[in-house]
Amino acid sequence: MPDRSEVRTDNGSENAVETSAHDILIIGGGGAGLRAAIEIAEVNPKLSVAMVSKVYPMRSHTVSAEGGAAGVAGKDDTLDDHCYDTISGSDWLGDQDAIEYFVDTVPKELLRLEHWGCPWSREPDGRVAVRPFGGMKKMRTWFASDKTGFHMLHTLFQTSLQFPSITRYDETFATRLLVEDGAIRGIVAIELRTGKIRAIQAKAVIICTGGCGRVFPFTTNANICTGDGMALAYQAGAPLKDMEMVQYHPTGLPFTGILITEAARAEGGWLLNKDGYRFLQDYDLGKPTPTPVLRSMELGPRDRVSQAIFGEFEKGRAFHGPYGDYVHLDLRHLGEHKIEARLPMVRELCLKYENIDPIKEPIPIRPVQHYMMGGVHTDINAATPLKGLYAAGEAACVSINGANRLGSNSLGEILVYGARAGRSAMQYIEGADGRTLQSAILTQAADEERRLEQQYLRKTGGTERIAKLRDEMSHTMETGCGIYRERNSLVESANKISELKGRYANVAIDDHTRTFNTQLTSALELGFMLEVADTIVHSALNREESRGAHQRRDFPKRDDNKYLAHSVVSRSAEGPPRIEYLPVVITRWPPGERVYGR
Amino acid sequence: MADTIILEVERFHPERDTEPSYQSFEVPLRADWMVLDALNYIKDQLDGSLTFRWSCRMGICGSCGMMINGVPKLTCETLLTNFAPGPVRVGPLDHFPVVKDLVVEMDDFMAKLQKVRPWIVRKDDFEPQREFIQTPAQLEAFHQFSLCINCTLCYAACPVSGLDSNFIGPAAIALAHRYNLDSRDQGQEDRLDIISQHEGIWDCTVVGECSVVCPKGVDPSLAIQQYKLTATKEWFKSFLLPRGKN
Amino acid sequence: MPQYMTFQPKPYRPRMSAYWYLDQWHYLRYALRESSSFFVAYFCVITLIQIAALKAGPTHYAHFQALMRCPVVIVVNAFALIFILLHAVTWFLLVPRVALRQMLNKPTPDLIASAPNFMVWFGATVIVALFILGVF
Repeated sequence: MPDRSEVRTDNGSENAVETSAHDILIIGGGGAGLRAAIEIAEVNPKLSVAMVSKVYPMRSHTVSAEGGAAGVAGKDDTLDDHCYDTISGSDWLGDQDAIEYFVDTVPKELLRLEHWGCPWSREPDGRVAVRPFGGMKKMRTWFASDKTGFHMLHTLFQTSLQFPSITRYDETFATRLLVEDGAIRGIVAIELRTGKIRAIQAKAVIICTGGCGRVFPFTTNANICTGDGMALAYQAGAPLKDMEMVQYHPTGLPFTGILITEAARAEGGWLLNKDGYRFLQDYDLGKPTPTPVLRSMELGPRDRVSQAIFGEFEKGRAFHGPYGDYVHLDLRHLGEHKIEARLPMVRELCLKYENIDPIKEPIPIRPVQHYMMGGVHTDINAATPLKGLYAAGEAACVSINGANRLGSNSLGEILVYGARAGRSAMQYIEGADGRTLQSAILTQAADEERRLEQQYLRKTGGTERIAKLRDEMSHTMETGCGIYRERNSLVESANKISELKGRYANVAIDDHTRTFNTQLTSALELGFMLEVADTIVHSALNREESRGAHQRRDFPKRDDNKYLAHSVVSRSAEGPPRIEYLPVVITRWPPGERVYGR
Repeated sequence: MADTIILEVERFHPERDTEPSYQSFEVPLRADWMVLDALNYIKDQLDGSLTFRWSCRMGICGSCGMMINGVPKLTCETLLTNFAPGPVRVGPLDHFPVVKDLVVEMDDFMAKLQKVRPWIVRKDDFEPQREFIQTPAQLEAFHQFSLCINCTLCYAACPVSGLDSNFIGPAAIALAHRYNLDSRDQGQEDRLDIISQHEGIWDCTVVGECSVVCPKGVDPSLAIQQYKLTATKEWFKSFLLPRGKN
Repeated sequence: MPQYMTFQPKPYRPRMSAYWYLDQWHYLRYALRESSSFFVAYFCVITLIQIAALKAGPTHYAHFQALMRCPVVIVVNAFALIFILLHAVTWFLLVPRVALRQMLNKPTPDLIASAPNFMVWFGATVIVALFILGVF
């Protein structure tokens, strides 16, 4: 349990805010958060690190990642190759200096994880094995059977347990960043178990809260992926970047949206339309071959493959199901032995959730939202413009993924940038002053407590159900701001989100108790999601070109003259968010054509 | 098949109740719904105060363990139609203190996980330039035990956990065993001291239910019995060769 | 409810019933298995009595045999036999699986691990039966 410093009351009233203090505070207990915490604990054990997470760390969404983490390992592979694959994969929106740093660092991080016990799959000689993956020219994806994220997360979590300088605040929901004099001072959070409001002081805060997939109706993301950290940063004045870049994963199960890993295609799976035809060949992704060819056909990048599947839907060449159209992922030709050895989790998921055995039948799949390339704007050192605030992982946008992320780059990113953010935060606090919680901060914290009481806990008579607002939000995001967008649909979505934000003020809460109030957290999450959805739609509206995952029917071409830049969206006091453009950093790879399958 | 089913859910709000009671809800009976979908339907449409943990909905995060008709299960993997025509009893995991409704207190379990030192322990200074060499056979030796998602269904199934809250429990011991068998680890001795106490392996009377309910095939019971063999061997070694340590 | 209780919710600690093993069939099976040890002990005592009777001479042994022929004793011994069989079968299914896995360090199917014990048991039973039936 955390150290209690003191319980302060605001002007002696009934409202009590408990306070505690640490040197560095990390919001989010997934891969990036744990890596940052371990980095700080290892390098400087005297610093007190707080890790605040709304769930126990092993529940973080890192756990569901399946495919692998890419890192240059083989003799025939070079760092430049990995850079080029990532840069072209990002449709030249990735910052090349950050990508070079990432590519250079990731193999060392993966090795470090191996030393910490991660059970990477092995070659017969005992060396770490690599597998091919979408968009990568060479085989460089390290993997731990088909549960890489699970093994990475548990390795990180278990390793973190040996450091006494890390204090965990499990099931503690951050509701607000505390800012004073243009610098971060800490956070306000709800301790779920008791309902107590805590003000946790810190000299630096690292946001590692993951993505915001629950803004969309069909997503591989867990329930907890609601963009909390992105909204917190945005509300505190730190801008978000490239929010329109939303990645759709080509192969998700139709009803649940559960992910069927890209590894299924890397091992040789085929995508077939209703005529049993490998349709990707019609979309400039190469020619079909019996065994997979890197960067071709089913091993093309996610955005192109998702767009191709969507194309089949529009051409009427897909199957029709109770939850919409779908196509087939066929693994039957791989044989039982290979599926059991390399893709056991895929088989498990299909049997459990679709009642289908991939050894005998093809799997129904459709593109589902999967990842946010966009996020809290950071520089190459994981720092946001707000002093003392850092971000890493999916919640951040450095950007190394640009307009489209290659599979198996994000598991490496959380390690590289988690560690980087930890180091940057440590450097920053060397110069920062360690003053105790000022009354201004305490007032902010007490205000926050009052807001939570008045707007949620004590409020009665609300008319809008949380689930209804959430459904309407996700529906408009799918129809207006999905894989293919155009001006009219985006404007409609923007207006709808505005309307929903207004109606949100009237949200109905049935549960007025303090103990473990998950309806309160659902309502707060909905608020965060609406903020984030707003930034997504407006960023998409303003980018009048098509690049990577952002496809505009009204502007179908890539426009490097105007848009070789990141959209940086900031909150404005009144009206729609303010959008500015920040040029992409180009070092050694001038923009070229994105070519796959040739 | 009828198109609805009754869920009898155990409710407990500590701010108004001193003990739990059951409340019935009628939910749609859809062919592809899991019990979790039914619980979410109740929370979204019928009673927003129903409280339960869930996240990934694909059986990998371990949040949603609950008792369904007296058997611990992951609600995200349990098909609702399996219980037709119903009613279905849903309650919080056995052998844990109940915080609210279907949410149980996990502090004890988290402490037990930490107690068994679940990380790679090196006694020498050797750190390879690249990876530790580990053959596929060496990986397979411990791989099964590394699949634990910390869902604690095994604690709910184990009567010893219910009778003796000090029992370290199946998942913690399986995790210790996972590290012991990992060819890169040298911490067997450290863990043995902790695990071979009374609340460790010797509290286990081989009921075997932990392995039956485990959703990931970890087989913690096997880990515990193996550990008993190892601990016994070490004990004999310790007084047959008091000064010789391997 | 007093204000201070609002932030100190008391979790509910369920008490395990003394008859917990009656709740589910798999627990009852476990309880029966464990109870079989009592019958193993009973069988050991009977055997010791038998040996003592043998040692004491033909009259005492005849008394022992008469005792064993009592209907009550036959019923009890029948129960004992069932429980002892249960004891042996569950032991043979469990232990070899653990020991073999420990030796080979990889998963082995249960039947293959337990088969040798059953085969030896069967063989020993056959030999003893042949002795009793007077073949040897």
